[in-house]
Amino acid sequence: MSEIRARVLIVEDDANIRRFVRMALESEGHEAFEADSIKRGLIEAGTRRPELIVVDLGLPDGDGVDFIRDLRGWSAAPVIVLSARSSEADKIAALDAGADDYLVKPFGAGELMARVRAQLRRQTQQGIAGEPLIRFGDVCIDLTRRVVERNGHPLHLTPIEYRLLTYLAAQPDRVVTHRQLLKVVWGPGHGEDSHYVRVHMANLRKKIEAEASMPRHLITEAGIGYRFVLGE
Amino acid sequence: MPIQRPDPDQLLDRLQAAAVRARRGKLKIFFGATAGVGKTYAMLGAARQQLLHGVDMVIGVVETHGRMETEVMADGMERLPLREIPYRENRLREFDLDGALARKPALILMDELAHSNVPGSRHPKRWQDVEELLAAGIDVYSTVNVQHLETLNDVISGITGIRVWETVPDKVFDTADEVVLVDLPPDELLQRLKEGKVYLPRQVERAINNFFRKGNLIALRELALRRTADRVDDDMLQYRRDQFVAPVWRTRDSLLACIGPGEGLEKIVRTAARLASQLEVPWHAIYVETPALQRLPEAKRHRILRNLKLAGDLGAVTATLSGADVDEVTVQYARDHNLSKIIVGRDHPRPWRFWFRSFADRVGKRAPDLDVIQVARTEGEREQTRPDRHDVVDHVFKQWPDYAMAAIGCGLAGLLAEVMFPIFDLPNIVMIFLLAVVLVSLRYGRGPGVLASFLSVAIFDFFFVNPRLSFAVSDVQYLMTFAVMLVVGLITGQLTAGAKYQARVATRREKRVRSLYEMSRDLSAALMPEQIAEIGERFIAAELGARAGFLLIDDKDKLQAALPSAKGLPAVDLGIAQWAFDHGEAAGQGTDTLAASPILYLPLKAPMRLRGVLALEMRNSDRLLIPEQRRLLDTFASLIAIAIERVHYVEVAQNTTVQIESERLRNSVLSAISHDLRTPLAGLIGLADTLLLTKPPPTGQQQEVIESMRNSAMRMNALVNNLLDMARLESGNVQLNRQWQPLEEVVGSSLGACAALLAGRPLKVNLAPDLPLLHLDAVMIERVLVNLLENASKYTPPQSPIEIDARIEHDGVVLTVNDHGPGLPSKREEAIFEKFERGKKESAAPGVGLGLTICRAIMQAHGGSIRGETRATGGASFILTLPRGLPPSDDGGTPDEGSAFAGMDAMDEESATERPQK
Repeated sequence: MSEIRARVLIVEDDANIRRFVRMALESEGHEAFEADSIKRGLIEAGTRRPELIVVDLGLPDGDGVDFIRDLRGWSAAPVIVLSARSSEADKIAALDAGADDYLVKPFGAGELMARVRAQLRRQTQQGIAGEPLIRFGDVCIDLTRRVVERNGHPLHLTPIEYRLLTYLAAQPDRVVTHRQLLKVVWGPGHGEDSHYVRVHMANLRKKIEAEASMPRHLITEAGIGYRFVLGE
Repeated sequence: MPIQRPDPDQLLDRLQAAAVRARRGKLKIFFGATAGVGKTYAMLGAARQQLLHGVDMVIGVVETHGRMETEVMADGMERLPLREIPYRENRLREFDLDGALARKPALILMDELAHSNVPGSRHPKRWQDVEELLAAGIDVYSTVNVQHLETLNDVISGITGIRVWETVPDKVFDTADEVVLVDLPPDELLQRLKEGKVYLPRQVERAINNFFRKGNLIALRELALRRTADRVDDDMLQYRRDQFVAPVWRTRDSLLACIGPGEGLEKIVRTAARLASQLEVPWHAIYVETPALQRLPEAKRHRILRNLKLAGDLGAVTATLSGADVDEVTVQYARDHNLSKIIVGRDHPRPWRFWFRSFADRVGKRAPDLDVIQVARTEGEREQTRPDRHDVVDHVFKQWPDYAMAAIGCGLAGLLAEVMFPIFDLPNIVMIFLLAVVLVSLRYGRGPGVLASFLSVAIFDFFFVNPRLSFAVSDVQYLMTFAVMLVVGLITGQLTAGAKYQARVATRREKRVRSLYEMSRDLSAALMPEQIAEIGERFIAAELGARAGFLLIDDKDKLQAALPSAKGLPAVDLGIAQWAFDHGEAAGQGTDTLAASPILYLPLKAPMRLRGVLALEMRNSDRLLIPEQRRLLDTFASLIAIAIERVHYVEVAQNTTVQIESERLRNSVLSAISHDLRTPLAGLIGLADTLLLTKPPPTGQQQEVIESMRNSAMRMNALVNNLLDMARLESGNVQLNRQWQPLEEVVGSSLGACAALLAGRPLKVNLAPDLPLLHLDAVMIERVLVNLLENASKYTPPQSPIEIDARIEHDGVVLTVNDHGPGLPSKREEAIFEKFERGKKESAAPGVGLGLTICRAIMQAHGGSIRGETRATGGASFILTLPRGLPPSDDGGTPDEGSAFAGMDAMDEESATERPQK
């Protein structure tokens, strides 16, 4: 894998975690900036123009979700959220506000760096937009012909399944909430009918995955949504 | 033609009636014209059929009258033992209601519905026993003769000359679920009588000569047939209504029965009841009390009130009104309540009172638009209604001080007249006496007023008219003076007494209203049940002269002993109170249930539910016969009940607030702890990781130390997670975020979460393809599966396989996690789910024994279960069940028009045909 060096902003009030994240980032050659509050974070984000931002959800001067919302007004840089376990609602709020991924505390350096790499890779891939083919595993999506093939044989997908797949596959490694999927595929009137998504995702998995109960590409984030992984 | 639709109110009534019926047992009545037609025989025949179908049936009471055929029919059926009740010297045998309720058969036979129970039974009448059996959900077969029906009773006594006293309200007959007419032509019945098949031979002759005359039998048979036909007609109407064949629109032309002081009241009431039931309309019965009627002897007044109660029992809305003009009050009432037919007793023409116009005429003249129905009165009762001379004497005797005062008043008037005599003319002296009469009437009422009139005339004649000190009159002119004086005295006396009575009535009514007002004001300020009880006691004592006790329900809806009271409690019988509460009906004194008790028990009905029982010990039980008093009491009871309910809900609201508050506090404490504990742990783990990244890289030994530091921190983190989860689950109300989702998704995400732990193990996942959507909290269930998978990886050899199966079983989904390790410790399959329990004591594997406890708590919160077992083939198996519930129907969720991909619908028509399977 090619080495990507990037400017990363860390917004976190705990000095130990800040230091460890910084060290982990710098060990891979990234440039790290620190902020310990929302206010400082926004200033740093505005001046340093980071390519990735790591945000803690509980900050002394407010909620990390507010930070993301403000940030998304003018920046498209990927955001990784740090959160406590058992607070799905906070994670969903952060993701809906525009975060791209989340990490549950405590986390190891390995986990963190894997996520950082995935987000930065996504960033560069978006650079070559207009790529008409998405390949993963033995599946190939041809966006121009609107055809999905597996091992060279065409797969029969319903319109909804096709929409789900293309929407997820277009942003690999990003966590997409049920609500976001409902809004994009079904329209804004279906915000709460999350079982629609689950049923169609189950069917889609049966067609895409080798073993639907052990998925490799259409990963479930329990209680939150889905993540599409290209895989090796 | 306009579309006819059923009246919504009627529909609602019918729905409610159907709901009540569904819970109640079914009543089937075998109906006959007379004794001996074979009702009991037919009932036993029908019961035998049920018995053959395996219905749990017992005989409650069957009277075979020694008839052989009937005895044979009853052979082999279970009989409920009768209860022995001591009555005077004898011990009488009676149906055992409590025994029947305890035995709770599906069907019970209760012969002779009209039977009167032995005194000392719970209900005076057997039909009331039957009502209770039905209410308990027991089906009842019973028999009844036409002459026992309440409203036909006097018709039949008119025909046959024999009156029966045991009657059944028509309501019972009309609301029976089924009526079977048992018919036998009169000739055959007579034949059976002669053959001795009906009664024992000795009684036959007498019976035939009296009751069983052929003419009687024909009439009775016709009545029975017609009554059954009426019922069938009702059933048919009901059917038509249910089926919407032709919706019936009914104008409400209800009846008003007027109960007055005349004779034959009972007949008016019964006729009105019969008419109302034939017309299927509600009816009212009223008694208008005028000042004149107020003075009726007590016995007669009671007879009127008793008849008003009879009307109430027969289904009428009853009222006692007061006013001077009976016709006006009656017509006003009829108009207010939209009653178009007025039923009155026919007044007998009296030629000597040519000016007298009957009540019917007067009402007719006042309201020409109302129908007036005149009912002939029964002659027989007239004897009893003669005013009793004894009563009058009694009345005078009781009021003698008033009469004495009247006499003294006249004497004083005489003295004053004596003083004035020399100065004024005689006509002016007369005025003094008239004044005395008016004052006496005003002060002491009608009787003393009359006495004063006569005395005044006498004194005036004796002392002032020439010749003085003699009753003789020299000038005939004075006879005119006496006459006018007497008449004026009597009339003014009557008028003033009447006005005074009206004033008294008005005062009393105002007092009632005032006390109701004051009570509701006091109740609205009450904050505790004890205060309510105190207020209730005070007002009931003041208004009704009764001692009151309050039995309220506790949190578990159980009736509690009476609240303590300063004034002393009535001797409450908890059993009767419980009965009144369970049935929601009044019991005890003056009611149909356990009337022998000295205490009246009224259920406290609040809008939401029964709140308890009010026990009343009346000093004078007759007061409750007066509808006004009864209504006042009922109003008191419902005001009290509403107040109790209000206090109850205030308490509930407070508790809820406290609960919400403490829940909020607990949650904030938990999340603070979880944040404060995890942040340093996160730092620890992260810093350990960064140590590995330092340059130059740490040596092999250093690396080991760093690794074990990291692992300890991770274990600590797992422990903190478990403890916090446990604390959250233990708090009782776990907030599950349940969504409808496929189980496969949760299994998938759990396996994903344990991927590192399970690396290198063969995994077999076998989920049945027809699994329904389940209503579950994905995060929680994932936690359960992760815990089980972690256990499996911890306690089984590496490389040993793990299997996950799921299938539908009964009304749930069963998920099994199997491993191939040593299995569970024997006989501890249950214990491992307890807190801080571990399979092996002091095992080398890390953990504190909370994982399975958390699993169980989560499964229970989902309405499911978890158990563990060691399979015969070795290895542990955890079996999880989850309820299926009712998944939402999935139509695939049609996308909105404007959605981002809406334009793509046409993209692949052929593939769109392959719709997702549910």
